Amino acid sequence: MEYNFKPKSKLKEFLGEKFIAVNAYVALIAILLIFIFIFKEAVPIFTDAEIQEEVTLEKMVNKQKYYEGRPAKYSWQPVSEIPKYSLLPLFIGTVKAAIIAMLFATPLAVGAAIYTSEFAPKRLREFIKPIIELLAGIPSVVLGFFALIVLATVIQNLLGLTFRLNALTAGIALGLAVIPIVFTVAEDALSSVPGTLREAAMAVGATPWQVSLTMVLPAAMPGISAGIVLGFGRAIGETMIVLMASGNAAVISWSITDSIRTFSATIAAELAEVVFGSAHYSVLFFIGSLLFVFTFIINLGGDIILSRLKTRLQGRTQ
Amino acid sequence: MTSGIDELLSSNSVEARRHSLVTKVTGEFSKGLTLVAVIVIVLMLAVILANIFYHGAGTISWDFLSSPPEQGMESGGIFPAIFGTVALVILMVIFVVPIGVLTAIYLQEYTRPDSKITRLIRVAVANLAGIPSIVFGLFGLGFFIGFIGSGMDSMFYDDSSPVWGQPAIIWAAATLSLLTLPVVIISTEEALRTIPNDIKEASYALGATKLQTIMRIILPQSMPGILTGGILAVSRGAGEVAPIMFTGAAYYLPYLPSKLNDQFMELGYHIYVMATQSPDIEATKPILYGTVLVLLILTFLLNIVAILIRSKMRSARGYAG
Repeated sequence: MEYNFKPKSKLKEFLGEKFIAVNAYVALIAILLIFIFIFKEAVPIFTDAEIQEEVTLEKMVNKQKYYEGRPAKYSWQPVSEIPKYSLLPLFIGTVKAAIIAMLFATPLAVGAAIYTSEFAPKRLREFIKPIIELLAGIPSVVLGFFALIVLATVIQNLLGLTFRLNALTAGIALGLAVIPIVFTVAEDALSSVPGTLREAAMAVGATPWQVSLTMVLPAAMPGISAGIVLGFGRAIGETMIVLMASGNAAVISWSITDSIRTFSATIAAELAEVVFGSAHYSVLFFIGSLLFVFTFIINLGGDIILSRLKTRLQGRTQ
Repeated sequence: MTSGIDELLSSNSVEARRHSLVTKVTGEFSKGLTLVAVIVIVLMLAVILANIFYHGAGTISWDFLSSPPEQGMESGGIFPAIFGTVALVILMVIFVVPIGVLTAIYLQEYTRPDSKITRLIRVAVANLAGIPSIVFGLFGLGFFIGFIGSGMDSMFYDDSSPVWGQPAIIWAAATLSLLTLPVVIISTEEALRTIPNDIKEASYALGATKLQTIMRIILPQSMPGILTGGILAVSRGAGEVAPIMFTGAAYYLPYLPSKLNDQFMELGYHIYVMATQSPDIEATKPILYGTVLVLLILTFLLNIVAILIRSKMRSARGYAG
């Protein structure tokens, strides 16, 4: 009997590994390229003399006097005789929508996570999780549509508001998009608290809910706050919902029933009409850079909290 | 002395009983309060779905699905948007699945979990998942259209009108594939982790090389996970509007996309356009609701299929997660 061993091709192994490795770097390269190409288009604000006549960092941040005899003000009117690029109204709009969304979403998501992880019978748990996944699966344009057509009318009639589209409507719809993120991270943190901790508390006579509220909840707290942080990041960056349901008026007001214009919605609404390479174009990419940096920091922060929590709960690094 | 102890014991038991009552009430209260949160979320989801099904179901017919929009989108169907969406996600899958699967294989099979490069790639993947979708849109415009597309134009074409340096379905698909890359990587990794070491070791023991083991053992075994990742990516990609607004989607086109550098209509973008730009929103409403329902059914069906495959995979491997 003769065995026919094929000689193994070292070259094939080597090339195979290298090919796989190259693909693995795509995510890393993508992040770098996104960073470079978003910033690149924003740089002329700081270097190009022609563009600086129209917009500078100072003009985006500080109060500006646009007309003789009228007081200086913060204003976002990029398409007007004198283009005005103050970012403050957009900043207020963005933060306002995100805060409303978080105030709406956090109690619901964290409450549901606690119930699912601590109190729900196993059957019900298997039902709640797919429901939340279903909510997460609703495209944001559909949530925006629902807020625009249905929710806005309901809220307007309920509160007797003048403006149909406002920060409250957009914030609540945004909250719907945030709930699955906060829920998933919080639930994960709660159920990753080791069983030994629960058993120890039970052994000294604690009731199940005492274990949940005085042992498990504090132990999982960093994870829950990481969920809230990540949810906030999503709320800041979410585009279609605020674009459709917020009214898109760049006003400076902290009232929740006024219309708002957010950073993301401003990019979405204005980029299509803007002249390639103009001052307005650069400012929109500058806003994109702000969103990128901000969400990057938030996500990194959330990840660090979560990995530290994992290390502490499991007593080892992952 | 004895009576003192009795007294102490009896007073303690009263205390204990009262304590146990407080305990019980607080316990039931916290249970009830958190249950309310669950109920509110489920109800909100039910209201949204019921509203869309109630208003949208009447619009859906074969004609609606198979004919183009008419009269400024106030009548007619949504066939071009369905066609565009399907073409877009197919292209996206072609880009994203191979890259995502190979990344997962590299992370799971070729590197140590605590090595620097693994951690770096993992951080990149996690952050890629968190970048706002509108930023992907900006990137697609600046990089794929402004850099790659325009670069190709100036290299291969002489005339001044752009061929590749303009919004097109290939750039929209490329942009979306970056956005959905983490979904594919994470899902494939989960599948790879559930493959028992015995199988791999058996393969090595028979003299198979690493590449052979990956191609013939690991990849076929992790097919359900790869499938799940691909489906979830499609479901996510089909619903995203912000990344494709500037990279290829069009308000209205009289023709279907047939080349990689054509523009296209898309369901999500179609919804946005009808909901916000329509001169007569009441007249557009039935079609609008119908389109929303179609998009919703599409994404939900995909999600449910993915969930089913995943749970089947998990139970088949006795993996409780």
